[in-house]
Amino acid sequence: MEIKKLERNGKIIFSEYKRGGGIIKALSMKRDEILFELKDSKLKGRGGAGFPTSTKWMLTAASISDEKYIICNADEGEPGTFKDRVLLSEYPELVFDGMVIGGYTIGAKLGIVYLRGEYEYLQKPLEDYLNEMREDNLLGKNILGKEGFDFDIEIFLGSGAYVCGEETALIESLEGNRGEARNRPPYPVNTGYNGKPTSVNNVETLATIPHIILKGAEWFRNTGTDKSSGSKLFSISGDCDKPGVYELPWGTTINELLDLVEAKNIKAVQIGGASGFCYPKSQFDRKLAYEDAATGGSIIIFNENRNMVSVLKNFMEFFVEESCGQCTPCRIGNTKLLEGVKQIEKGVHTFSYINKLRDLGKTMQVASKCGLGQSSPNAFISILDNFKDEVLNYNNGGANGRN
Amino acid sequence: MFVEEKTSLAVEIESLVKKYGNDRSALLTILHEIQKQHRYISDYAQQEIARHLNIHPVEVYSVISFYAFLNSEPKGRNIVRICRTVSCEMKGKEALEKAIERELGIRIGETTKDKKFTVEYANCLGLCDVAPAMSINDRVYTRLTPEKAVQLLNEVK
Amino acid sequence: MEEINKGRAPVSQKPHVIEKPKHPEYIGGSVKIQINEKDIVIPTGTTILEACRENNIHIPTLCHHPDLCVAGVCRLCVVEVEGMRTLQASCAFPITAPIKIHTSTAMVRKARKHIIDLLLSEHYGECYSCFRNNNCELQSLAKEYGVDHYNYGHITKPRFEIDNSSYSVVRDMDKCVLCKRCVRTCIDLQEVGVLEAIDRGDLTHIGTFFEKPLADVICINCGQCINRCPTGALRANDPRDEIWAAIDDPTKHVVIQTAPSPRAAIGEEFGLEPGNSLTGELNTALRRIGFDKVFDTNFTADLTIMEEGTELLLRLYKALVKGDKTAIVPQFTSCSPGWVKYLEHFYSEYVDNLSTAKSPQQMFGAIIKTFYAQEEKIDPKDIVTVAVMPCSAKKFECNRPEMTDSGFKDVDYGLTTRELAQMIKEAGIHLPEMPKSDFDDPFGNASGAGLIFGATGGVMEAALRTVIELITGNKVESIFENANILPIRGFEGVRYVELPITEVGSVPEILKHFFPDWNWLKGVTLKVAVAHGTANAKKVMEDIKAGGKFSECHFIEFMGCPGGCLGGGGQPIPTSAEIRAKRAEAIYKEEAELPIRKSHENPHVTYIYENFLNEGPCSHKSHELLHTHYVKRGKYIA
Repeated sequence: MEIKKLERNGKIIFSEYKRGGGIIKALSMKRDEILFELKDSKLKGRGGAGFPTSTKWMLTAASISDEKYIICNADEGEPGTFKDRVLLSEYPELVFDGMVIGGYTIGAKLGIVYLRGEYEYLQKPLEDYLNEMREDNLLGKNILGKEGFDFDIEIFLGSGAYVCGEETALIESLEGNRGEARNRPPYPVNTGYNGKPTSVNNVETLATIPHIILKGAEWFRNTGTDKSSGSKLFSISGDCDKPGVYELPWGTTINELLDLVEAKNIKAVQIGGASGFCYPKSQFDRKLAYEDAATGGSIIIFNENRNMVSVLKNFMEFFVEESCGQCTPCRIGNTKLLEGVKQIEKGVHTFSYINKLRDLGKTMQVASKCGLGQSSPNAFISILDNFKDEVLNYNNGGANGRN
Repeated sequence: MFVEEKTSLAVEIESLVKKYGNDRSALLTILHEIQKQHRYISDYAQQEIARHLNIHPVEVYSVISFYAFLNSEPKGRNIVRICRTVSCEMKGKEALEKAIERELGIRIGETTKDKKFTVEYANCLGLCDVAPAMSINDRVYTRLTPEKAVQLLNEVK
Repeated sequence: MEEINKGRAPVSQKPHVIEKPKHPEYIGGSVKIQINEKDIVIPTGTTILEACRENNIHIPTLCHHPDLCVAGVCRLCVVEVEGMRTLQASCAFPITAPIKIHTSTAMVRKARKHIIDLLLSEHYGECYSCFRNNNCELQSLAKEYGVDHYNYGHITKPRFEIDNSSYSVVRDMDKCVLCKRCVRTCIDLQEVGVLEAIDRGDLTHIGTFFEKPLADVICINCGQCINRCPTGALRANDPRDEIWAAIDDPTKHVVIQTAPSPRAAIGEEFGLEPGNSLTGELNTALRRIGFDKVFDTNFTADLTIMEEGTELLLRLYKALVKGDKTAIVPQFTSCSPGWVKYLEHFYSEYVDNLSTAKSPQQMFGAIIKTFYAQEEKIDPKDIVTVAVMPCSAKKFECNRPEMTDSGFKDVDYGLTTRELAQMIKEAGIHLPEMPKSDFDDPFGNASGAGLIFGATGGVMEAALRTVIELITGNKVESIFENANILPIRGFEGVRYVELPITEVGSVPEILKHFFPDWNWLKGVTLKVAVAHGTANAKKVMEDIKAGGKFSECHFIEFMGCPGGCLGGGGQPIPTSAEIRAKRAEAIYKEEAELPIRKSHENPHVTYIYENFLNEGPCSHKSHELLHTHYVKRGKYIA
């Protein structure tokens, strides 16, 4: 797209890599060696939840079954996220090599890429790329001469449902059902696609793995913080001069990031997309890391002219539409929050009712069935907390004329 | 619906079932193909698919209604999706939307009289860095201005 | 206990099978947990909800139903599990590790209250104008959590149109709370598949294929969804107003027939425990309400046995003796209108297997408007027949165009147990306090064979009692103690019994013109089967299609509803395997005390064959009045 691949640079994902490199190395290792290497690297899931990847793979590897699956979650629907688009269009070798390594490690014979419907135009090039890999025996039977290691990758096209980014909803969708999240336990590592052990990994997580395998856990841990090792791709958009995908070490502060993309007069930054939190200027010294400002990579920047009420309205409209609608807190809760925002917009709200909605948001965070409902009130609560004056006194000039 | 049309659709579905299997997990793929070919999935097609996959028609209908890109009613020949997510909104989505609405004489969610266009919203096309964005069928267009968007629509056959 | 079909629901709605953990501590398959600081040992895989209930800890539920698989969508049953960031749905959480659970923390209580608030905010209408007032799970929950006003607003305009296209089931989606019990009932428990969740997000609702009216889709009218709906979103099409009008019209002669199952269950509507039969009390109450005559549907159940039994023997005779390929066996029972419509839709190529004998309800209608009208010298156009049934499909059945053999609509109104209870209440009668009385003549009290029609296996047992005696000339009691054919009873989904016929007697007078002797049955092993709930019926039908053992059967009883009529879609709400078992107990208990327990011994049956249907069962006249035909409906939804 806009920025050419050659112009990208980063310490880990965007460092040099040759197709198949990770696979060759991995196939020379024992499966538990790979798992220990990953454990040592402290790699956590890049989709946002931050579950240790080694644990997920270990549990899937330990599940006894003749069939296992590794699924690449490319249903990147979080508003403000587009790193997977970049990875899949420019670095498919990393993603697919990561899947092959995963297949080898957990004992899967099939990998499935759940590609969001909005990225349909990537399907053809990816299929072509997979064919090249098959020609090079990076996929297929006895991969690279490794006796008994058969693995192939299929691409499954989604149909426009944000909730299918939730791993169990994704599996339901693969099985031909409505994308409604499952009850957990059991977890997909035991009972996943077709009831078989399944590891669902984010595109970026998979793309990181070949590098770790090639260069080692220690090299990986040299970047980032103690609890958040390595680097992260950030999808940066909004009010800045240089939007795009950036690879930055974990621990980078919001301020540093804003400088990098040449963002000026910034009032707020939404970290983690619609389901993330909104940070005000006073918190721009916070670090982007699992232990501080956690994110799946979406960064949306708002300058001083932006109206936080309409931003919030946009987010809530998104959730009202994208909720799968099965559980009560998410289905009706989001509708109520949106109603509240509309009241604010019209200036017919009462403080007490908005507080009641905030309270409801807290319930949604703990009582919803899946991650969508649990994170959908985040924006509402954080914008309300951090921009109280602006939001609650919208339409009447701000609190005591301070706005 | 004419009898021949039904039969050819039945044949088409049969061959898709042959290709992708009659397990329920083939459902979405089959629906995709039918959608692509006919731009919608008719009640007859849904019942045929249900019959082959040994599920109830209402289950097929339910799945179709769940996913934004599948539909049970005919739409325009070209589907235009305007990204409505916050990054695009900040970069001028509204002007884009208004221009397209004026130009085509329809509102978002509607289909032009000549069935050439259906305009819809999309929830994040993943092109926030090059906003505002829209898609026409399976192609995406970025950094749009209202003029450019309208020009693109005019270029569509 | 009753086998609950697990069906084909998505995994998200399925109960989880938990493998026994390998850790030595759990070798015994049990795990020690803590609920509210109390140590408890439970079998591994028990859900939190089960564990709590077994220890008398109340957890509110809404989407959970004992007959159905787990959904975990309402989120009311959430509890806190130590170490977990979010609350867990106790109905969907199988315990495999020694966890610590708290069921009533501030967070849990608040969450539940919020959820009730949310559901109420979208629940259109007012309680006092709802038929489920005082028997509504949402209302009870609101009371339990002390909701005294609408915290998050309340919807003021309806969003949906009420669908009353069906004779049987009315859908009012504005009262729906999206617990999906009806979906799980329809797709999973009954495998009919009419209802599913449509759309997503705030637009999610329960709908039919292409949102068509219920009358236009392949609904079998079983009404099981009504029985499991927690609110007033689903109800039966209620004819009370018309019936009251008929009662109040002095020119109308209003007769009512009551089926056995409503009598065994109606007490529940008056606060009695399940399992109390109120037959005698009901007779008195019905007369006080103003019905002119009160008849026992069991009379025509006895008649059904005579007709259906004779038809079976005729089919067998044709097949076994004459080698007639057009004789279709196995014969299927036809008294359950839900099952009949199921077959007409899903296995229409098998409609000829259905016995042509009408159901007892319809036979009675035809008899009342002919024989009874004649005997009592009443113009049949002035007779209004009402049938009290445990069933919503009976409403559809009496409206079938075929059901007019008397020259009139044979049965004017089908009334469910619930609706009858409502009428009794409206008349100011507390049913359990009524004195007992008998049924009216000329049909009087019927046999016990007719009574047990109410339970799954009952029709088969009644038929066997008669057929065995007619063929062998011996008493059933010589084979089965007290004439209780126990192998055919119970709640197992599908039952199969073989009865070798080792000796035969002489042919009774009434059948002599059909059969010269019974010798052709000697040595034949009679194979019969019973299935209840359409999901089980489906299993049998698939087996027949595949040429399995059920295709070798001679006679199969099918009931559309789980448990048979006593679990019908018109019965009091709630329902569960336990409640259905108690109703069955009540029926069998009442039956055991009756003096006559075989259809062919019912003197009124003998009387009608002597004086009205005087050419005997399956004669021309009985075919005209008591038999019907079926429609090959197929599965296509136009």
